[in-house]
Order: sequence, then C-alpha cells, then structure tokens
Amino acid sequence: MAEKLIKLPDVGEGVAEAELVEWHVNVGDLVREDMVLAAVMTGKATVEIPSPVEGEVTWRHGEVGDVIATGTVILKIRIAGEGSDGEEPQAESGDRGEEPRVKPAVLPVAALEQALEKKVESLKPKAEMAAPSPVAKAPPHAGAPRAEGEKPLAPPAVRLRAKEAGIDLRQVAGTGPAGRITHEDLDAFLNSQGGGGAVAAGLQPNKAVQEVKVVGLRRRIAEKMALSKSRIPHITYVEEIDMTALEELRTRMNGTQKPGRPKLTILPFLMRAMVKALGEQPGINALYDDEAGIVRQYGGVHIGIAAQTPSGLVVPVVKHAEARDIFDCAREVARLSDAAKNGTALREELSGSTITISSLGAMGGIVSTPVINHPEVAIIGVNKLAVRPHWDGTQFVPRKMMNLSSSFDHRVVDGWDAATFVQRLKALMETPALIFVEE
Amino acid sequence: MKEITCKLLVIGAGPGGYVCAIRAGQLGVDTVIVEMAKPGGTCLNIGCIPSKAIIHAADDFAKTVAMAAGRNAMGIKADNPAIDLAKTMAWKDGITGRLTMGVSSLLKKAGVKIVVGRAKFRDGKTVAVETETGEQVIRAENIVIATGSAPVELPMLPFGGKVISSTGALSLTEVPERLAVVGAGYIGLELGLAFAKLGSKVTIVEALDRILPLYDTQLTQPVARRLAALGVEVLLGTKVKGPSSNGEALLAETGSGEERRIAADRILVTVGRKPVTEGWGREELELDMDGRFLRIDEQCRTSMRGIYAIGDVTGEPMLAHRAMAQGEMVAEIISGKRRSWDKRAIPAVCFTDPEIVSVGMSPDEAKAAGREIKIGQFPFSANGRAMTLSAEEGFVRVVARADNHLVLGIQGVGAGISELSAAFGIAVEMGARLEDIAGTIHAHPTQSEAFAESALKALGHALHV
Repeated sequence: MAEKLIKLPDVGEGVAEAELVEWHVNVGDLVREDMVLAAVMTGKATVEIPSPVEGEVTWRHGEVGDVIATGTVILKIRIAGEGSDGEEPQAESGDRGEEPRVKPAVLPVAALEQALEKKVESLKPKAEMAAPSPVAKAPPHAGAPRAEGEKPLAPPAVRLRAKEAGIDLRQVAGTGPAGRITHEDLDAFLNSQGGGGAVAAGLQPNKAVQEVKVVGLRRRIAEKMALSKSRIPHITYVEEIDMTALEELRTRMNGTQKPGRPKLTILPFLMRAMVKALGEQPGINALYDDEAGIVRQYGGVHIGIAAQTPSGLVVPVVKHAEARDIFDCAREVARLSDAAKNGTALREELSGSTITISSLGAMGGIVSTPVINHPEVAIIGVNKLAVRPHWDGTQFVPRKMMNLSSSFDHRVVDGWDAATFVQRLKALMETPALIFVEE
Repeated sequence: MKEITCKLLVIGAGPGGYVCAIRAGQLGVDTVIVEMAKPGGTCLNIGCIPSKAIIHAADDFAKTVAMAAGRNAMGIKADNPAIDLAKTMAWKDGITGRLTMGVSSLLKKAGVKIVVGRAKFRDGKTVAVETETGEQVIRAENIVIATGSAPVELPMLPFGGKVISSTGALSLTEVPERLAVVGAGYIGLELGLAFAKLGSKVTIVEALDRILPLYDTQLTQPVARRLAALGVEVLLGTKVKGPSSNGEALLAETGSGEERRIAADRILVTVGRKPVTEGWGREELELDMDGRFLRIDEQCRTSMRGIYAIGDVTGEPMLAHRAMAQGEMVAEIISGKRRSWDKRAIPAVCFTDPEIVSVGMSPDEAKAAGREIKIGQFPFSANGRAMTLSAEEGFVRVVARADNHLVLGIQGVGAGISELSAAFGIAVEMGARLEDIAGTIHAHPTQSEAFAESALKALGHALHV
C-alpha cells in the first residue's frame, strides 16, 4: 500500500499561509480523483483543494479556522500503489469473499462504488433493504430497546436537566453504555424539539446554546470592523435630501430605454455626484496610513459598494468611477454585485477602493452609523427613500425624501469639511442637472 | 398571640423536616418549622447517631476485653478493662447536643423561623401550636407533614419499668446483666450486639425463623456467626408471652410449643416502628392513607392540595436519608422548580457486626423481576486491607444484567462496609455497567478493592481469587 501526502498548495498571490475554511472529507472516507478535499481561504479568495488520487483518507491535520502554512501536509490518502504487498484496504473487508476480490493496481471507480454499497448494506437489516438512503452508522451500544414500564437509564444530572426542561426521558433514546441517556443524547433531543414537535404543554424555556465558529469571511469581517472601530474616531453626519427631481429624471431615463443600456438605480446618480464633489474635496477620496502618518489622496475615484452575500458582507469596487458615465457605473455595479453574490468576484475586484457606499435599499432605515472601510476616510450610507410632507413656505407638499448618513475619519476630516461634502452632494442630487453639467 | 402567616410550614424537625426547611430557606421561601422536642428528630436524638456512638464504644470495649483475655493476635495486652456507661452516655449526649445545636443554627442561617411546641391542624391551611407561652396560630400556603415514626409497643409488654424501647436502651447508665431483646430486626441486632459486647448476657427472641428478614441469608450469616461468638442466644420462631409474674423474666413459647423463661434485668422491645399519624390533628383533614402510612405521590403530595408529607410517616423504607431527599425535593417543588422522585436506589445499612449494606436489587429481587443476571462476589478474606484490619469476614456482591452488564444492585457485609455505600449508590444512580466499575482504579490497599474485584468476578476474570 502506498500513501499519498496532500500538502497545502501554494494558492498564489505569494502568501505563505491560508485559513482552512471547510473539510469535505473525514478520515476513513473513500475519495476519487478530483473530488474536493478541503477549502482554504487567502486574502479574499477561497480555493478548493482537489484530490490528485483515489484512495482512502487515513489522516487529517487541522481544524476549520486554523491558519496553516503553505506546504504543510494536511491529509494522507492510502492508495493501491505499485508494488503493493497484497494487503487489502479496510473498506473491502466487508466483502466476505462472496466475489473474487478486486485487486487492480488502481481501484476502478466501479469497484470503489461496489465497496461503498457493500459497506452500507452490511449495516442495514434485511427487512429495510428497500430504504435507499446510505445513512449514518447505527449508534454504538444502542442496546436492546427498553422493555415496557422500564425506567429510562440516566445519571442524576441528566434526569435533573430533563426535568427542568420539561422533557420526559422515556422519549429520549440513549446511546451510552447499556442504553444510558447521556447529556449529549439530551442535547440532541432538545435540538430536534426546536424544530417543531411540541411535547410538553405550555411555554418551555429553550436553554440550547449553539456554538458557531467565526471562520473564513466572517472572521475577516469581524477583524476589519474591529480594526476600523478601534483605530478610527468616526464622525457621522446625517442630512436629508429631496429626491423628487432626481426620481423624476431617473424615471424618465429608465422610460426611454435604449437596448444595451442598464436600468438606473439611485446608486449611479450618487456615484456621479460623489465624483463631482470629490473633485472639489480630494481629501475625502483618500487612504490614511496612520502608521506612516500619510494621507494618500487619489485622483481616481474607486467606489466600494458594500454588498450582502450568502456568506456575509463583501465590498466589490467600481474602479475609476470618474472615467465612467452614469450607464457605465450602473452596468459595473450590477456586474460586480452579481459576481460577489455568486462568489466569482476576482480578488482585484474586491480590493482597491478609496471610498465606500453602504446601501440597504428599502431596508435602509432612517439613519445609520456606517463603519468606515479602513484605511479609507469616508463612507456614504444611503437610507430609505420615502414620500414625506415638506413645508415649502406656504403649505405642506408631498416630496420624495431620503437621508444620507455618512461617516468620516475625524482625525483627517474636520466636521466642517464633512458637512461641506455632504451639502455639496445634497445640492447636486436635489438639482440633478448639475451632476451632468460640465463646469 | 399574633398569627403567623408563611409560604411554607414544616411540622417536625427531624432529618426530613429540617432539610426541607433549610432548602426552602435557601430558595427564599418564607418558612416556619414546628418541633415539639429538640431539632434533629429521632435520628439525631434517640436513633441513628446515639446508637452508632454506643455501638462504637461497645466495639472498642469488646476489643479491649479480648486483649485482656489474651485473645489478640496483634500482641496487644490490656489489664482489667472497665466501662463507665454513664460517662459513655454523657459523651454520646455531647455528640447529639452538638448536632442538634448545629441543626438549629443551620435553620436560623437559612432564615427559617423555629416554633417550639406541639402542632395540631385546624384545617388544611391552619395549624395551632401549643407553645410554652400559649397558643400560636400559623397560616401557611403549603404544609409539610414530617412527623416521623415511633417504636411499636407490644400489648403484653408495654413500655415502662424493665421494658424499654431503643430510646430507653440508649440512655441506660448501667450495663444490664441480662438483656432480653424482642425482635431480630436491625435495631434489635445492633443494640443486642452492642450490649453483648458491653458485657450483658443477651438473648434475642424473634417470631420469624430468621434474623434480619430484609436481607438474604448470605448477608446475614456473618452476623449470625458473630452473635454466636459473642454468646448471644438467638431464639427463632419464638413468640413472646409477656413478663413472668415476679417480673424477673420474659416468658416465650418456641416453635415446638416449648415454654421458655428468659431471665432478664431489662427487656428491650424492637419489633419495628410505626408512623406517627395521630396527635397532630389528622382528623381535621381529609388525607388518604396507604395502609398505616399517609399516601403520597411522586412529588410527596398528599390527597389535599398544598399539603405534602415526607419521611417515615409516608412509608418504607423508614430511613433518614430517604426523608432528607424527599424534604429537599419538596422544598424545591414549593419554590417553583420542576422535581419529582426519580431515585434509583435508597441504600440500606445495618450497623451490626459485621455491617451490612444493600443498594438496589438483590439477586432474588432481580430474578423475581424476570431478569437474566450475572453475580460477582468477592470475599474480604482475599483482600489485603481486610486482613490488616483483622476483618476478613464478609464480601462484596454485585448483581448485573446478563445482556448489557448494567449494575442492578450491590450488597456487601463486612467491617466498616457502611462507607462503601457511597460507591455503591453512585454506581447504581449513574447507571454503571460492570465494565465501568472494573475499569475504575480502586486504591490499594483498601477494602474498596473488593468492589472492583466483584465486578471483575462477574465479568469472569477476577484477579485475586
């Protein structure tokens, strides 16, 4: 038998380590070539590690969340190699010699499947052969079912917990020795109860605690947020904007669609307004390297758009918004947010922003306190647009109003500058023609 | 006197009552406890504790006597040993005094109000207590009846004069020359053995044909041998007729109809204990009975709402530790916790010589319950520590299910084996299998090794036999 060592590959970008975010195999599993073994994460990209061989996993190193150096052996796979001494892999021992044993140099896939099926069959009683699902092994030491009227077997601490949770232990299966009900059995029962089936009458306290490991993207988000909040003294400034004119214009523009033109949301208008305002205040389109004591003001406006994905928050970046017209901005936002959601966004598309927009659309609320995307110095939060009564001097008129909640790094942006910037955005968006006028 | 109202009233400050009150106090329940004598009940004052003190003193004295008689293998010599029983009793009273004081202070610490006097129900929520200073009325949301039990009297041998109960025996200041003991249950044997060791000529009369009828003969045989060695005459199958006309002897009739005249300076009657169900106003209530006991459910509730009962008044086994566990549970129920009686075993201990312990099912009980069982028995004669204690009599026996090796019961007989009751109890409550016991390292050299060996024996591979 030969053994193949699987090392953590160099996943590019010149990084020396990667975080293990998922195991796809356990020790004892049979794997085929190209089957995914594990997933690791570097920077913002997740890379899957495929199996180069077929065989049985005999050893595994590292837990999800561990940061592992490139080149470390993470798996050992036993393969039927050349010069095999004739010893059979464990998986075949269920064979019982009914069929000639398969002994090729490399197990063909068909044989492997057969072995897998055998393994499953031998675990099932004959009567249940029809049930197709290759379910988990029977619990060890399940023991004979309790006879009628027999008390469930459980240590006093388990009985007490059950009593306090209002659980009748007669309904709990015991997996411990002699069918003893363990704390884990009770946990499993309590968890399964959470799904619906009410057993005891009345309201029951739910004392279940589920531990969720903070790994992968979630850990990165957590670190980033903590960094931003601990390093940057935020100043948040909220202003309301009368969007009635902009909305009229937007409706008109979307109404006269030309083929190939994307549908416009508020975002591209805001982006173009930001380009214009930032032209006058380059100090806000900047990265602050506080260790070096340097603020780098960028000529190019690279706008990060915070986007929710199934695994968490990511920020794809629209590069050079100053060089894009409003339709190009809209097109790029749509493309990037799709890519982020599908997980196909490139690393370059997820970094390099100089300022960020945070928008939750209809969920935007009235006010938010956006957290600056470190090391940027400003973030613009878009709140919900709603029709609100507005006093025009003689009467209340219905206007489409929207708030902008924007945070600035108060170390390098004074309140006056922040207010000036937001007031400029307000002026531009309330009279949207100004956005398009070359001055 | 101003009425007291409280959330919980406990009647009787024996082991069940005082534990209930302390626990309730800990849980912030406004609690009052009524006791007509000293706190601690039978157990602390006239039962468990004083009898153990006397048994211990008798043991030590008997050993010294043996030394003086040259019957000591260790080579210890002694001359003219004597015992001043009055002093022994004073020492014993010192112990019980400390314990009852301890109970009082624990009750106070838990914020429990103690009322001294005889309690009598007026109705299901009201109790009147005759105190030294007058009648105290107490109204309570919940009432726990913990009135305990008292020695059973024989009509032909009423207590008084020469005829004494265990209480009387535990306050004798002179060792009676001749002591007749009626009843070979655990109280009669414990005290009979103790007085035999103190020098009395003891005769035990038992109507049944065996001693300690609650235990199987394997367990009682070492005790029977010890009785014989101490010169105690045991008359089985013998009925007591009454005292002789001159009062100097006990008359009895053996199984064969033979009349026996047992000369006695004292006649100790230990034919059992009866629940105290009278004298506290039960007639004012509507409580269902279970034979001579109060009927309770698995939460110690009686048939009346808000009235609980715990301890000896609720049935067998009449043991202090059962009452304590019930008391604790009831206090928690009253404080709003979800509890019910779910104990697997109540250990029973006989402080005879040697001691007997039984936890869970005996082999006979297991078989009667239709179980396929495995039994492992390990003798102390093969235990090193027992040899160094000159206590080789006895054994540990474990009873387990044959199919999954779940331990159903553990019994044992031997010197000092009462302390092993903890290990036995944990094994049964935790649902141990033979392998769990065999797989636990038992310290060497201790008598507890016999426990692990008995499990190994049941598994078929004991190491030291």
